[in-house]
Amino acid sequence: MSTATRTGSILTSDTLGAARTATAPFGHALVAAGERDPRILGLTADLGKYTDLHVFAERFPGRFIQIGMAEQNLVGIACGLARTGFVPFCTTYCVFATRRAYDFIAIGAALGRANVKIVAGLPGLTTGYGGTHQGIEDLALMRAIPGLVVIDPADATEMAQATAAAAAHDGPVYLRLLRGQVPQVFDAQTHRFAIGRANLLRDGADVAVIATGLMTGRALEAADALAAQGVRVAVLHVPTLAPFDRDAVLDLVARVPRVVTAENHVVSGGLASAVADAIVDAGLAVKLRRIGIPDCFCASGSIPYLIERYRLRAVDIADAARAVLA
Amino acid sequence: MNAPAAIDPVIDAREVAARARRLRLHVLRMAERVGQGYVGQGLGIADLMAALWFGAMRYDPRRPRWADRDRFVLSIGHYSIGLYAALAEAGVIPLDELTTYGADGARLEMSGGEEVPGFEMTGGSLGHGLGQAVGMALGNRLAGRDARTFCLISDGELQEGSIWEAAMAAAHHRLDRLTLFVDMNRQQADGPPERVMNVEPTPDKFAAFGWQAQRVDGNDVTALVRALELARRERGRPQVIVLDTLMGKGVPLFEAREKNHFIRVAPEEWAMAIAHLEGQAS
Repeated sequence: MSTATRTGSILTSDTLGAARTATAPFGHALVAAGERDPRILGLTADLGKYTDLHVFAERFPGRFIQIGMAEQNLVGIACGLARTGFVPFCTTYCVFATRRAYDFIAIGAALGRANVKIVAGLPGLTTGYGGTHQGIEDLALMRAIPGLVVIDPADATEMAQATAAAAAHDGPVYLRLLRGQVPQVFDAQTHRFAIGRANLLRDGADVAVIATGLMTGRALEAADALAAQGVRVAVLHVPTLAPFDRDAVLDLVARVPRVVTAENHVVSGGLASAVADAIVDAGLAVKLRRIGIPDCFCASGSIPYLIERYRLRAVDIADAARAVLA
Repeated sequence: MNAPAAIDPVIDAREVAARARRLRLHVLRMAERVGQGYVGQGLGIADLMAALWFGAMRYDPRRPRWADRDRFVLSIGHYSIGLYAALAEAGVIPLDELTTYGADGARLEMSGGEEVPGFEMTGGSLGHGLGQAVGMALGNRLAGRDARTFCLISDGELQEGSIWEAAMAAAHHRLDRLTLFVDMNRQQADGPPERVMNVEPTPDKFAAFGWQAQRVDGNDVTALVRALELARRERGRPQVIVLDTLMGKGVPLFEAREKNHFIRVAPEEWAMAIAHLEGQAS
């Protein structure tokens, strides 16, 4: 359990064992972006304190707009602000942004090509609050919307870099939020996030693990464990679900046709589906195992309990890797 | 920032009435070509379109993206026929482009979008317009512009919860350069709102949310102009003008027709309708 807790949990109490963490990387990155670009605004649907937006609100009180508990209105007002030249960042939780405000994101933001950023907390199993609060299918919903950039960052470093990239991108973005004390997997000096680009974090000829979001940290742990047993694992990190870096995926799986996908999301409609689509379109014969949330709403409970129950741990990735090798 | 003469806020009711007649002719000619279309809505809202585009609004037809322009936000996309007529009459889009209304591949779609100059957003998915208008009004204020934002929604659209989210926000943020129009034509897809889902008393609802609320006959140009002036003078809160309108207004043939969301017109009736309006205009 200690291994999973180290890179897996986002709740402050569960990350104390992490080797390194950063506090509110989104909030601080948004302040930095706001210093550079006066068009940037912060909006929230009554979750400023819980989405690290309070950091921005304290620095720029005149550029913070409270919308109250109304997610459709959050996105609608943001679209209107974008049309007058601003770059609004809207925060709420994944479940509320995507389930309640879907039409507003699809039509107001994406069809209207409004320069709106939706930053959504509690992705997948990063809360023990149960099905109402766990954003388990948001990537599938958002990935289906034409023209919307969809990002699932791996750690604090990438959260900050993705925030800057979203601010610089001219168009609508859906960005999963890792909040509070966020584990640091990538070195800020060497890691380079770019929208639409996957990162081959390590190469290996036996198994390819393709991961997104916080599952990448666990994939690296699994790769370490497997390396100790003589299994050479490639880890491809795909932080952008849309636009999807199909070339990077195909380059890897053509060489290593034994693949495990890992995502903090249901296994339908997210990373696994995007990888499978690419494989089928390219006509490749690939053995694929999918690590992710099964086709169900998840229980309440502690994060370590939940990721064990739904098999999102590093050991589960390692088991899947052995299975595709068998 | 030299704006055209049309910015004068003193609205000339006679000018508005004359423009409204021309807008109705544009609407009929557009609808005739496709043999259908939302002719009832276009005729019913012509007086408001004329009062805005030839009175209340500050804009430059040669620079439709002018940052300081007043904005008209059309939430009800199926009323696009009425806005196309106004945009063509105002010189924002070419008058002869109206002949392409509803044609395959044309940008003047029956439910129009922002690829057309003068369309501030893509309406049609009801419940979006007011929220975006609130955002535009907030944005203009943040940017230090004194531009106004006008938004048109319909009675049936009041059933969308997002309208009330936006209404609450507009009052909370004291957006006094935001004016909302609610077209009460009492025809939504499944019938009149009092049977589908009652939306009355609409002005009282907005007043309770903190808005200045007025209700006028939306086809009475004098009343409309007076209501616009009252709204313009309001400080500290947004304004709503609830418009009781008659679908098909201006063409007795259509006014008397059994009302539907989508008026059915026989081929020979178009010429009769156009002749009626041309007779009035001359």
